[in-house]
Parts: sequence; structure tokens; C-alpha cells
Amino acid sequence: MNSAALWAFIVKELRHIRRDRQTLTILLFMPLVQVVLFGFALRSDVRNVRIAFVEPAPDAATVALRNRFAATNRFRVVARVRRMDDVEPLFRRGEADVAIVTEPDFASHLSAGDTAHVAVIIDASDPNTGSVIRNYAQAVLAAYEGDLTENRGATRIITDVRMRFNPTLESVNLFVPGLIALVLTLVSALMTAISLSREKERGTLEVLLVSPLRPWQIIVGKVLPYLGLAFANVLTALLAAWLVFHVPFRGSVPLLLGESVLYALASLALGVLIAALSSSQRGAMMAAMLATMLPSALLSGMIFPIASMPRWLSPFTNVVPARWFIVIARGIMLKGIGLPYLWRETLVLIAMALVLITVAVRSFKPRLA
Amino acid sequence: MRALRFLLVKEFLQIARDKVMLRMTIIAPILQLLLLSNAATFEVKSARLYVVDRDHTTISRGLSQRLQAAGRFVLADASPSAALAEEALLSRRASLIVNIPPDFERDIVRDHAARVQLVLNAEDGATAGVTEGYAMQIITRYAGELGATIHASSPTGPVLDVRSRNWYNADLRYRDYMVPGILVQLVTVVGTLLCAMNIVREKEVGTLDQLTITPLSRSAFIAAKLIPLWVIALFELTIGLLVARLVFGVPMRGSLVLVFFAASVYLVAALGLGLWISTLVSTQQQAMFVTFFIIMVYLLMSGLFTPVRSMPDWAQWLAEINPVKHFIGIMRAVMLKGATIVEVMKPLLALAAFGTVVLSLAVRQHGRQ
Amino acid sequence: MSAESATSAIEARNLTRRFGSFVAVDHITFDIRAGEVFGFLGANGAGKTTAIKMLIGLLPPTEGEAHVAGFDVRTQRLEVRRNIGYMSQRFSLYPDLTVRENIRLYGGIYGLTDSEIRERSSSLLERLGLSGSAGDLVARLPLGWKQKLAFSVALLHEPKIVFLDEPTGGVDPITRRQFWEMIYAATARGTTVLVTTHYMDEAEYCGRLSIMVEGRIAALGSPEELKRQFGAASVDDVFVQLARTTSEPGTAA
Repeated sequence: MNSAALWAFIVKELRHIRRDRQTLTILLFMPLVQVVLFGFALRSDVRNVRIAFVEPAPDAATVALRNRFAATNRFRVVARVRRMDDVEPLFRRGEADVAIVTEPDFASHLSAGDTAHVAVIIDASDPNTGSVIRNYAQAVLAAYEGDLTENRGATRIITDVRMRFNPTLESVNLFVPGLIALVLTLVSALMTAISLSREKERGTLEVLLVSPLRPWQIIVGKVLPYLGLAFANVLTALLAAWLVFHVPFRGSVPLLLGESVLYALASLALGVLIAALSSSQRGAMMAAMLATMLPSALLSGMIFPIASMPRWLSPFTNVVPARWFIVIARGIMLKGIGLPYLWRETLVLIAMALVLITVAVRSFKPRLA
Repeated sequence: MRALRFLLVKEFLQIARDKVMLRMTIIAPILQLLLLSNAATFEVKSARLYVVDRDHTTISRGLSQRLQAAGRFVLADASPSAALAEEALLSRRASLIVNIPPDFERDIVRDHAARVQLVLNAEDGATAGVTEGYAMQIITRYAGELGATIHASSPTGPVLDVRSRNWYNADLRYRDYMVPGILVQLVTVVGTLLCAMNIVREKEVGTLDQLTITPLSRSAFIAAKLIPLWVIALFELTIGLLVARLVFGVPMRGSLVLVFFAASVYLVAALGLGLWISTLVSTQQQAMFVTFFIIMVYLLMSGLFTPVRSMPDWAQWLAEINPVKHFIGIMRAVMLKGATIVEVMKPLLALAAFGTVVLSLAVRQHGRQ
Repeated sequence: MSAESATSAIEARNLTRRFGSFVAVDHITFDIRAGEVFGFLGANGAGKTTAIKMLIGLLPPTEGEAHVAGFDVRTQRLEVRRNIGYMSQRFSLYPDLTVRENIRLYGGIYGLTDSEIRERSSSLLERLGLSGSAGDLVARLPLGWKQKLAFSVALLHEPKIVFLDEPTGGVDPITRRQFWEMIYAATARGTTVLVTTHYMDEAEYCGRLSIMVEGRIAALGSPEELKRQFGAASVDDVFVQLARTTSEPGTAA
């Protein structure tokens, strides 16, 4: 047992990390900046809808309708035009989001008891925002219509909606668990892959391999400092989320940290594997980006729900470790549930970590000997 | 500028020999488009429904059937127990609980109004919002039908006839909206990341010093670095546009020439940024991290995933000085809405201004090192 | 072509470079005559590379001045660059370009015409015996060949002065001999050579030597003069003596 040698090796690795100020700064600040960005800037709610009115013949009723929209805090009237043809340039310049078109004789139709026609034209190039805007506009129109007529006793089913676990639908609550996964992937997989492949490229790895250190010790020595860094990042991100955005923390913190370590281990092993398989630093970087960052961001359900993906794509998400970790992290943080509910996901992560570690240690030795 | 000719030949030869990079530049756009355009969607295809029916009447069963018949909901389970339903929500077997209270039918018949409770798993806020929308539509329609059949209460005709139309994306295909943005991301990564890495590699190898002591002018060196990447990025865009058109059927309503012109202008800023980064760092690893970090912030704040106008005011101001935001705006306007050069003049000028400022700052910084 | 300094290829007066409080090169003064092989000797970190970097315009001097081929290294950088060749201790050709492509590139950068490039590269390849490998990637050449090629490329534009920063590091003795033969051939054509080395046997090949210790020139003269002055049998002994006397005051940086 040469634990002194292992220790010396770990110290060397820590020095490398500390000397590289730029990378270290970025690694330490990245989670903080991300949490702040996600928390403050990224909202999927729709505010400040810019509305245009097409009124071929303005009359009392069209003015009343326009005022109704203006009175809500959701809409801002940006244009009043006479002709339909004037709508298109507004949309193309991106100056309006929705146009309300009233027919000529709008008021007289209404007062005569006829049906008056209104068209809602949406800039649906962004389908999400477009749909939301349509709902808003229709709600205003419905309220207007309700005022025009007495309540005629239509049958209603009153729905009482409860949003469980995230009642205000705060985006930040949703993103923070995913963010932790992303940061862990970045630090664990990407950094490890690059740092190992760099030693390989420079030939220093061969020096280590002929030393009395065993291959697993080299891997441990390389990996342990990054594990520590990853852990520090998780703590920063969580602290920022909790202090700045009051993201709820309903479940057990030790459990979350434990699961984070588990996930980090799987990612680290993936990083080692990538380094073992690629011949150059740049190759490792590219492979790590493609094999870890992209799937962790896109196929994990972090931003885009897995349920929304096409059927052929969802099986692929199952091999992405981040997908399972995010379920766990959200469960613990937002739902306050523990292992009784999350044992399946945890087992998947354990299995992934074990397989990856085994394959990584194996591929490491013969490739370099 | 005879020397430039030789340098350009050298750059193209090096790029052509770098098989890893070459393969990446072909595969990356296809893979990214395939992944992002399929994964990046908030549409909810099917939500898992749990029905707690404590009324057990024809009308209450009718509601449950309507929900299932719409194709948006799959029945996960049904029982009269709210506790079991809660359990299903916690373990993610259900994402929506519909609670139908006793006396539901009686209330409908007697009072023309009854209550239903919807409980949603709002861990993922976006999904919950969309799911709620679907459920509400179905329930409202059902209420209307009930009114017509039970009370025969349909009035003489509607007061307002509201038609809504979705322009530019009638089928609300989220992919059409995402693809132009993904193309921007692609061009950005090629422009900025490859540029920074390429120059830093010469720094690392030592050939940059060698070139510095030749009579070669600084502008020739920079031009020789930027021009090939500029060409590659436009080539990338071409592949991306082809995949978008042929594989995904994303429309191209505006002028292709305008798209390429805007991209050419944008690339000056993107490449300038890469050049600037290359002056700050000394290793490829650092270059990758700094670039990755900057691009990430740029992309998140650009409106690629969430609308800029939903952001707080300070973030919207920041977005104004983000070239990515302007280029995404142009791409979406031209591809989806068929905007002309006059209609995108404002963002185009902003891009040109950025390109000039960033590139001249970068060139100065490059001269200073 | 300034005539006033026709005899001196390089003049340095009190040339100094500091990095923060560390003085890498400390007021060095010397003249190198045209056509001379001038050696810079010193331990690692003695300031040889920093001195060269100031002379070729990669690093601005903190203090003092220097003229290379009659041009001021501070104000006439471009003129300096047209007249020098440089080969660094780090290998400076592009490994992912072929032998011929590297030659063409540097020929083009130095403004040679296409016919000049063609003629000179074929004679260069022939001299090196590399004609058969002109289409091979430089990365595939053995180290010794790479070094010889790099030297030849540095001479391609027929510079007045060539700077060689530890050109023979890691090369076998036979290739080193051949390398020095190439250096002599260059001086025979009138080229001035400034070479840094820490191989003491190589020092004996130089016309004159300056031995640098801790940023200062501790001794300067022909190998014979130095051996006489220090009463030593070889340059190696001179070097060891100098290293011992200067490190005694305890001003280690």
C-alpha cells in the first residue's frame, strides 16, 4: 500500500487545478452565474403582449373593445391600422405579437342583436408564446362578450386548479435541479476527460504509469480533486438558489448530496473512459461535449420535458445519467420525497456508475501500457 | 498581400488534414438539428391521468371519458381514494389528478354549475401549464355539451364570433421555431470556438512566435485565420439549412441571400470574439472553457429557448447588446415570416456595429500581447 | 542598409528585462561581428532565451537598447524581422503540413517569388537529402531531420543573422555534428549566427562565447581566451567555476 504516493499524486493534481486560475475561476463562478441567469432571466411566462388593432371603421364598440385590452396589464396597444395588409409588416419587424381584427359595422351588428365578427391573428412563429397569447386574448374577448349579454344560465364546470410542488410555476425551481446535473457533468466528465487526455498527449501519463502507482490509484488521484470541485459547485448552486430565489428544500439535504456524489462518480467514469478512447486533447474535448454536455442539457428533461419527445427518442434518454438524477433531485427538493419513492432511479444510477467505472478502469490500462 | 495567399493555403490545408475536426463539422450540425429540433419542445403529447371519481354517475363518467378520448391523456389509474391518487402523483405514475366530488351530477342538473378539482404535478412548470390548458379546454367543451343536452339552453346565436388564426406556423410546430435558432448556435460555435482554439493551438505549439518574428503583418495573420473559418461557418450554415429544409421541412419564406448576408455580417462579430478570447488564454483547454462559458451566457440570454420579452428589464437591456439575439431575430423573421431586408434593417445594423467594435477591439488586443 | 554599423551585426547596450521584481536579463552589453558564430552559454533560466526574444522583437526590453542588422529593435521591428531567421527550442514548423508545404509557406511569408521558392526548396531538399520525403508530413520525420529542416527553412530567405535557440536539444551526436556543419556553411556564405546552448562541447565550436549567469554576462571571449583567463582545461571548467563564484553571495533568484 503506497498511500503516501497516492496522496502526493492528489496534491499534484490539486496544484494543477489551482494554478490554472482562469479555468478555476470559471468553474467556481459558472454555477453561480447560471443560477442567477436561470433565476432572473429565463422565464417562460408571457408578459407585455404587444397588440395591434385592425379597425376598418372604428366605432364605439371597437373603441370599447380596444380599451378592454388596454386595461389589462398583459396587453400593450402598439398600433391601430385600417387595413389587414398593414399587419404583416408589423409582424415581420417583430413589433406586434397579436392583431385583433374587427369587421366594419361592428357596433351596429352588436346593437342589432346580430353576431359580430372578430378575428384574432397570432404571430405563431413561436408556437408556445403564440398559444399563450391566444388564450389571453380569448379570455379578454370572452369577458367582453359576457358583459354584452346577461348571464344566460349556461352550464359551467368550475375548475379549481392546484399546482402541486411548485404552486407559482417558478422556472427557477424547475431549473435548479437540472442545473446541478449540468454543472456536475461539466466538472466531472468534461474536466476529467480533458485533464487526463492532456497528460496523455504530453507523455506525463506514461511517467505515472511506470511509477509504483497502480492504474486505479492514478485514476483516483486524477478524479478525486474534481469530485471535490464538483461538490463545492453543487453547494454554491444550492446556496444561491436557496438564498436568492428561495427555492424550496423540502427533502433531506444529505440524501441529495449523496445522490450528487453518486451521479458525479458516474460522470467521472465517463470522463475517464472518453480520455482513454481518444488520442488527443481536442478529440477528447469534442467527444466529451457530444457525449456528455449535449445529452445532459437536452435529453435529460432539464429544460424540455421527456414526455414531449417523439417516441423514438425517449428510449435514448434512458441511457443519459442526468435524466435519472434530475428526477431524484426534483423529487427531493420540490416534493420532499426520499428513497421509498426514489429507490428505482437510485438503483439505475448505481448500476450506471458501476458499469462505467468498470469499463473505464479496464479501458484505461491496456490502452496506455 | 502575397503572404496572405500562402497563409490561406496553409490554413485550408491544416483544416483539411484535421480529420477529427472535419468530421465534427459535418456531423455536428446534423446531430444537433436532429436532437434539438426533436427534443426541444414543450408540447405535451400525453399526460398520465388519475381519476378520483366520488360521484359515480353518468355525467361524472362522461367527464372521465372525454378526457381520455381527446388523445392527450392516458389513464394511469382510477380509484375513489384521494390518498392513493396522491401516492401516484408522488411516485410520478400520474401527472394530473381529476377530483370529481360527490353530488357532481346533482349540482350540474340543479345549479347548472359544479366543481372539479385538478391537481397537477408542477415540478415541471411548463408541462403543468400546458397540461392544465388541455384539460380546461376539454372540460369547458363538455360543460357546453351538457348545457345543450340537459338544459337545451343554447341561445339564439353567439354574440361574438371569434376566429383565431395562427400566422407563419399554422400547425404550431415548435420545430419550425427552434431550427433557425439552432442554426445560429451552430454558426456561433464554429465561428467563436474554432477560431479561439485554432489560434491558441499555434500559441501552444510555438508556431505563433515563429510567425510573429517574420515580416508578416498582423492584419495578414488575422485575415488568414478568420477567412477560412468564415467560409467553414457559412458552409456549416448551408448544411444546416439543407437538413432543415429536406429532413424537417422547415419553411424558407424569405430570401436565402438575405440569410447568408446576415450570417456573413454576424460572423464578423463571432470570429472577433474568438480572436479576443484567444488573446486572453494560453491553452486550448482554457480557450474551450472561456468560450463555452461566454457562448452559454450569450445563448441563454438571446431568446433561443425563452422569449426575451419575458425577461426582466435589465436582462432585456443586456439582450440588446447580444449579437446572438439579433441574429436569431433575423433568422426567424426571414425564414418563418419572409421578412425583407428593410424589415430586419435594425438588427442587421446592430450586428454590423457589433462586428466592427468587437473585431477592432480584438485586433488591438491581439497586437498588444 | 545602414552603413555605419556594417561591422556589427548585433549591438546590445545595457539590455535589461524585468518580470515584476525578477530581473531575467541584467544590463548586458556586447557586439557581434558580421559572419561570426556567437554562442550564448548558460544554465537553464540564466536569461538566454529572454535575451534572444528581446533581440528578435518578441519581448520589448525594459531598459537599454539593441540594434540588429543596424536596426533598432524597439522602433524598427519590421526591418529587423526582414533580416533575421529564427529557430526556437520549441519546434517551429507545422507538423500537419508536408515538408514542401512548410517551405512554401515560409518562402511566401518572406516575400520570395514563386520561382525563387521553387529553386530554393529543391536545392534545400537535395542538400538535406529529403527530396524523397518532400510530400511527407513533418510530424512523421525523425527529430534530427525536423531540426535540420527547421534550420534550413530559417535560412530560406537568406537572412543576415540567424538566431538559434538551443537548436540541438535532444538530438543524437552524429546529427549534432551535421548540424554544426550546416552552421559553418551558413557563416561561410556571410550569415551571422547567434546560438544558445548548454552543451559545453558545442561551445568549443563557437567563434566567441558569452557565458550568462543569473541574467548577467559573466565572461565573454573566444573559447581559447576564456580558458586562458580562467586557467581551465575546457569551457566546461570555465562554466563550473563561474557558476560557483556567482552563486556564493547568495543572491539566488
